[in-house]
Amino acid sequence: MGRIVVDVMLKPEILDPQGQAVAGALPRLGFDGITDVRQGKRFVLTVDGEVTDDHLARAREAAVTLLSNPVIEDVVSVTAERAS
Amino acid sequence: MKVGVVTFPGSLDDRDAARAVRAAGAEAVALWHADRTLRDVDAVILPGGFSYGDYLRCGAIARFAPVMEELVPAARGGLPVLGICNGFQILCESHLLPGALIRNDHRKFICTEQVLRVENASTAWTSDLEVGGHITIPLKNGEGGFVADEPTLERLEGEGQIVFRYVGGNPNGSYRGIAGITNQRGNVVGLMPHPEHAVEEGFGPSTDGLAFFTSVLNRVAA
Repeated sequence: MGRIVVDVMLKPEILDPQGQAVAGALPRLGFDGITDVRQGKRFVLTVDGEVTDDHLARAREAAVTLLSNPVIEDVVSVTAERAS
Repeated sequence: MKVGVVTFPGSLDDRDAARAVRAAGAEAVALWHADRTLRDVDAVILPGGFSYGDYLRCGAIARFAPVMEELVPAARGGLPVLGICNGFQILCESHLLPGALIRNDHRKFICTEQVLRVENASTAWTSDLEVGGHITIPLKNGEGGFVADEPTLERLEGEGQIVFRYVGGNPNGSYRGIAGITNQRGNVVGLMPHPEHAVEEGFGPSTDGLAFFTSVLNRVAA
């Protein structure tokens, strides 16, 4: 059973209200010195058997079709997770 | 004149949209997300709500509903389509309209009577309004912040594709105060506020919303 990890982040120019909420809460808890927070999304896709190049190609296609909206988000990475 | 109203799982305002269509004097036709047909309607409304729970991103899953396989090419061919709130989000996710809607900058849900300035009265859905005029209709959303990159915003301004702007302060952080936009052809319009909730005396802040539905009647009859 292989896994593919897809990371998606909002583009830098797009406002991130969720990240701002987290950034606002950190200093209240004593986590000082953090000047900005951007919050992204991680998808873990499980496939039958080992992750193949074909699986990765399909995952990249899914990443830009459904998992992210290219208007506001970047797909940061699509990688096969090492089997443990 | 038949106006289709699509119901997705999680749609909330489909009945009000159908009621507004009837108030304007047209026949409302119920369309279902899982059906690959538009039932020969003359125009389509994508109503407000939380389609498919709005999981992933608002409108992201609704975009791939079977009915959208029919709607997207029809809209590109000139069929009048109005997306209200969640419907606007679906139109952006479908790339029938540019930009996207994200969480309100203040991170709170809004429910208010909102004043809008009409910026474009030549679309299929706004011809009964006047440029520069103000209308007051309900606004209720958690993710209504309109965003796009600078070139897209410049193009929207330059081509007259901004249809409504918020008046009296920006309620959700929308770039350039944009409340609603249209495509280049003017047949597809999306906005966050709700015209379908302002079509009858005694219900809602005004009857300003009725003009959306009479506009499309005139467009189709013409």
